[in-house]
Amino acid sequence: MEPGTHSTAYCKYGPFLIGVFGFFTRRNLVTMLMSIELILNSVNLNFVAFNKYLWPDKLDGAFFTVFIIAIAAAEAAVAIAIILNLYRSHHSIDVDRQKK
Amino acid sequence: MKGSTIIFYLLSAIALISALLSVYHTENIQGCYLPVVFIGWNCRKFISGCNMNLLPLCRLLLYVGGITVLIIFSIFLTQQAGELLPVQNKGRFVFAGLAAMLGFILMLTLLFSLTFTGTSAEPLPPTVENVGKQMLGIHEGGYALPFEVVSVLLLAAMVGCIVIAMRSKSDPA
Repeated sequence: MEPGTHSTAYCKYGPFLIGVFGFFTRRNLVTMLMSIELILNSVNLNFVAFNKYLWPDKLDGAFFTVFIIAIAAAEAAVAIAIILNLYRSHHSIDVDRQKK
Repeated sequence: MKGSTIIFYLLSAIALISALLSVYHTENIQGCYLPVVFIGWNCRKFISGCNMNLLPLCRLLLYVGGITVLIIFSIFLTQQAGELLPVQNKGRFVFAGLAAMLGFILMLTLLFSLTFTGTSAEPLPPTVENVGKQMLGIHEGGYALPFEVVSVLLLAAMVGCIVIAMRSKSDPA
């Protein structure tokens, strides 16, 4: 079966499923951040796949993907700064162990 | 089935397994799996002939060179090597599994119930000229404004990171 919009569904939505599940179950901030990265990457795959299989004469999907990658980079940098600051003040990055 | 199709599905499976490992591994070195995920995806894009050579390069530069390094640094700065992550709450595990599966089924149902009619136009070659013209175009279909907004956002994020991560004078050394 040649790859297409429907046959590639499991590899587009699989990382989204894993990311959502990881975000809800894990309490470690770094793992939660990685789950968000997985979700964003799944969205990127969707943009690329739909652009390639439905509108190959345009590059809009690719540009949206580039912007999402840039926003993911900014988000990761800010999140890691917050995690480091939190670890410095609370000596833990586990969400359940945080107290005021 | 062509060889490239088999490789495409094989690499997709590897990427999914790596994604699972990167999120669910109980050791705190799990960030090291992340490069495998992204390299897997990059290879897959190349081999599936997505006709977008710009994207794998962007991803390779940003993810392998930037985000993964940041995540690995944060793991080493905040945790003891070899320490295991706490056991997950079973109730939360079941709830999250159900929520994720329902979302997944909803997305698949929507995807398979809709019919997409694409265009039969000639594919646009992703040459530097075509990408540059559209990315920095100021006319209809151009992306000059979002490009500038994203550059301001990245600058703001960089300044924000420095301010947040700076040690205040009252903090112990």
